[in-house]
Amino acid sequence: MRSLTLAMGAAGLLLWPWAAPRYFVFLASLIVVNAIVAIGLNLLSGYTNQLSFGHAGFLAVGAYTAAIVATRAPGAPVVVALLAAALVTALVGLLLGVPCLRLEGLYLAMATLAFGFVVVEAILNLDGLTRGNDGLRVPAARLGPWALATDGARYYLVLVVGAAMVWAALNLVRTRTGRALLAIRESEVAAQASGIHVARYKTLAFVISALYTGVAGGLFAFVVGFLSPDAFDVFLSVDFIAMIILGGLGSVPGSMAGAAVLTVLNDSLAGFQNYRPLVFGAILIASMLFMPGGIASAARRLRAPLAGHPRVAPGSRPGPE
Amino acid sequence: MLSVENLAISFGGLAALRGFSVEVAEREIVALIGPNGAGKSTVFNIVTGLERPASGRVTFLGKDLLAMVPHAIARCGIARTFQNTEVFRQLTVLDNVLIGCHAHLSAGALRGALGLPAVGREEAAARETAHALLARLGLDDHAGVEARALPLGLQKRVELARALAAEPRLLLLDEPAGGLNPTETRALMGLIVRLRDERGLAILLVEHDMEFVMSISDRVAVLNDGRKIADGKPGAIAADPGVIEAYLGREDD
Repeated sequence: MRSLTLAMGAAGLLLWPWAAPRYFVFLASLIVVNAIVAIGLNLLSGYTNQLSFGHAGFLAVGAYTAAIVATRAPGAPVVVALLAAALVTALVGLLLGVPCLRLEGLYLAMATLAFGFVVVEAILNLDGLTRGNDGLRVPAARLGPWALATDGARYYLVLVVGAAMVWAALNLVRTRTGRALLAIRESEVAAQASGIHVARYKTLAFVISALYTGVAGGLFAFVVGFLSPDAFDVFLSVDFIAMIILGGLGSVPGSMAGAAVLTVLNDSLAGFQNYRPLVFGAILIASMLFMPGGIASAARRLRAPLAGHPRVAPGSRPGPE
Repeated sequence: MLSVENLAISFGGLAALRGFSVEVAEREIVALIGPNGAGKSTVFNIVTGLERPASGRVTFLGKDLLAMVPHAIARCGIARTFQNTEVFRQLTVLDNVLIGCHAHLSAGALRGALGLPAVGREEAAARETAHALLARLGLDDHAGVEARALPLGLQKRVELARALAAEPRLLLLDEPAGGLNPTETRALMGLIVRLRDERGLAILLVEHDMEFVMSISDRVAVLNDGRKIADGKPGAIAADPGVIEAYLGREDD
């Protein structure tokens, strides 16, 4: 039953460019890009409880790195540009993550917020590389002799890379590293007592999160074909946070669901820019009030009674002694 | 095995410990008792590296623990439970125990993300160990339940399972019977003694339940006002006039 659903979903994703109008193929690419960012952000904020308001900055670093590589080395395959985006952004994540070890909660949020502003300023100032406010045209992604010049071709590139990133994230969270991140979120003291090197894993979460967002940035550059600094403002960072809260903190499938819903919504509200923050805010508040744990935990609750999972009612716990 | 010598520490000018020493030998169950605020939990926090004393020495199997950070101390073979249970509340009971296995697993982030066969084998073995531990502690029915959904007595047992998963040589139990009913307390007494016998564990515990302390401890150390006022076999401690005055007498009020 489950594998049938997955197979049908996969077939749908593969056939999408043939079934859907061109614009919706572009939109689907954007959903996958945002899903990769959401997974990366969730590993940092949802799994490890380090809130970041600076992920638009990581996305920009990845996007500009890939675009610059593609411009300066026109024959290079897209894989090289994406790898460069991944590595440069991961390095930036490391450089930001180490000083952020000393910060928590609001202070960490402020530091990452500032990081986002710094990245935009850097793009404006490094105009020899980035063309600053004029914006940077991104050449078509190349794969050997082919140029991925259509929305369909770009969609398949994004889909393949996205599938690999999702697969890796699902593997990661099921093993020792994912559990260590969750342990840190739940109780740093108990995590240490279990032999977990908290500082190392917090930094690792920053690096992995930045790497994911950097790859997404590289894909974003090729999908939209034109970069300018105002696309990476703080509101984009807030959108990413909204995606993981709506989807579910600490859930990879939830990240994807949140990214899909908010990307489509964002697109449908494109004609009503002034009302967009209002609608997003309302959705966030409603999801925190009525769906704590996001789409992921709502889906789990729907499935649980069917599968007959044993559940002890909360509240049967006696109070503190 | 564990040697704590001359610990002194104060918080905001108040001396919590003033020259406290205690020894724990292999396979020994030592209880630390004393009135509230006597400094018992502080001893645990110093041994596990959460707090640093102003002076004193702590060595475990010849290693200087005061020079080590908490996760490194855990890896030396010291596991603990907490006075106000620190289970990973939103994680399943199984995951709680698997996190206890952390130091014995080797898969890094990259190998884990790539899902290499070796990682799969390691995970499967860890799950088997964890399930065996859960079965041993009577938690096997709750493996898939979030820890926060369990009653306090079971949460304490989850914490114990997590500590045991680390395969420690020395187990520190901070008020293991706190909040348990008499039946649960008796079951826990039997369990602790059996764990010591089966696994050759040394155990240092803090506990207020005198029946619990007197019936399972090999030795009892009494802490009052940051100082050790007695240290000996349970029978001798129960008869010690100084202890009765400082501690046991007061409980009868």
